Amino acid sequence: MSLADLTIAEAGAQLRSGGATSVDLLDAVIERASFTEAQLHCYLTIDHVGARSAAESADRELTAGTDRGPLHGIPLALKDNFCTRGLTTTCSSQILAGYVPPYDATVVSRLRGGGAVIVGKTNLDEFAMGSSTENSAFGPTRNPWDPERVPGGSSGGSAAAVAVGSALGAFGSDTGGSIRQPASLCGVVGFKPTYGLVSRYGLVAFASSLDQIGPLARTVGDALTLFEAVAGHDPLDSTSYPGAVPEMRADFETGPKGIRIGVVSELSGEGYEPEVAIAMTRTLNQLADDGAEIVEVSLPTFELALSCYYLIAPAEASANLARFDGVRYGLRIDGETVEEMMARTRAEGFGPEVTRRILLGTYSLSAGYYDAFYGQANRLRTKLIQELAEVHQRVEVLVSPTSPTVAFELGAKTQDPLAMYLSDVCTIPADLAGTPAISVPVGNNHQGLPIGLQVMAPALGEAVMFRVARAVEERAGFVARPPMAGPP
Amino acid sequence: MPIEIDIAHVARLARLALTSEELDRYRSQLAVILDHAARVQAVDTTGLAPTAHPLGLTNVFRPDEIRPTLDRDEVLGQAPSTRDGYFEVPPALEGA
Repeated sequence: MSLADLTIAEAGAQLRSGGATSVDLLDAVIERASFTEAQLHCYLTIDHVGARSAAESADRELTAGTDRGPLHGIPLALKDNFCTRGLTTTCSSQILAGYVPPYDATVVSRLRGGGAVIVGKTNLDEFAMGSSTENSAFGPTRNPWDPERVPGGSSGGSAAAVAVGSALGAFGSDTGGSIRQPASLCGVVGFKPTYGLVSRYGLVAFASSLDQIGPLARTVGDALTLFEAVAGHDPLDSTSYPGAVPEMRADFETGPKGIRIGVVSELSGEGYEPEVAIAMTRTLNQLADDGAEIVEVSLPTFELALSCYYLIAPAEASANLARFDGVRYGLRIDGETVEEMMARTRAEGFGPEVTRRILLGTYSLSAGYYDAFYGQANRLRTKLIQELAEVHQRVEVLVSPTSPTVAFELGAKTQDPLAMYLSDVCTIPADLAGTPAISVPVGNNHQGLPIGLQVMAPALGEAVMFRVARAVEERAGFVARPPMAGPP
Repeated sequence: MPIEIDIAHVARLARLALTSEELDRYRSQLAVILDHAARVQAVDTTGLAPTAHPLGLTNVFRPDEIRPTLDRDEVLGQAPSTRDGYFEVPPALEGA
């Protein structure tokens, strides 16, 4: 077995017992990437020089007795919408091709401070807008379980890298499901925290009231470790939560006995593949055997969550992406006037999905439509939050499939934006409500493609969410080893 | 109610210089998406305040103190065009 197949917990134990160095771990994931990148294209940039230097430094420190904690010396990948000082950050867009940020995102500073080794920057749908990583200006990422299929998106590069072992863990961003849906389609764990628990400073903004950074990992425990390393208030992000990060370790391994789990009835039925539903039911039966109480719950506003999302997210995106205008960074196409320069630059620099969402958002914010669309969607968001609060009087967590389907084939939905949007139907409610949600792999379909189960909790309910997710993982017994990871 | 979209006006507001073929394509795609999204209008939301921050955080202040900023040359180094320590752009008014 290659070091590239270790969990973060196992790799950390190896580092401290002298079984492997950080440079060994880095060499193993880079070697894995050398086999898989030509076909999968998880990375936009691999930072060979910077990563080696960080790994050597981590090794020197450990030898000298300085231990920065559980990520010390661990090779990780970052989605290419995190600003990394001195390392190209493109958001998979021509408009930012070659951009080198002059500062680190808070998450990046915290990871560096914790001794992590940043292997490189992973592919995404342009500006995180998409559900398949096909909207990248630099070519799609493919699914390691079947390269004819998409890895999901928008954090598809991070999910595929973790699945195949070209990183031991990764970070992504989730606005409508962009961590959890690719995690589900690639057979790894993906976690979107409570809104505000992780600083967004230095994350290139898509929809500011929804965006949240979170980890992708091979195990629920690794996801928790990655989250702990970056969570907590940051004065540089005024939307950051000023209170304490929840304590999540005490009950982590205590099992599901006595926990009331609500199955969301709106997230089932037509459009959900039978094998996805069967895998979920099997897992829930196992949890019931272990003493959890499973009940069906109804959240009628979930039916409208997708519509709300496609009014709110593009509206905020249209404002956030106004900064890409050919003045301060990135692409410029010349024009006679500043407006002509900006309009040409933006038309040339943004791909079709980003253009579509900017137009959609500009429309729904424009005079005469604001209240009927953006205003109404945000009032419905309040209704959704109230409905969730009511349901959580009766159940501690909610469950659903993470995605109605397993990974679909490349090109299957690129001509039909609405069909693509529907692949986020299960993940969007937690973004609108700002609540924590995690995808845990629970099995494969008859083609060997992974199936994910989503566990959702109330805001700041990470402890019970992780406890149930750990129980799901233990019962499902899913071991992420896509065929492309090579022989054991 | 069919949704009315003056796509050329929207593109102008968004500063996107699109061709007429592109405008036509985006108009029909937006119509499909907005038709689906317009379902939100069927719900009575009287008395509900819109959500801005999911945890209800408001009015975040910080002390008004001088803090270090990014290095000017490094920041300008990413710009397509600069002059004398400023970002440089074409004229804002035609004929200026």
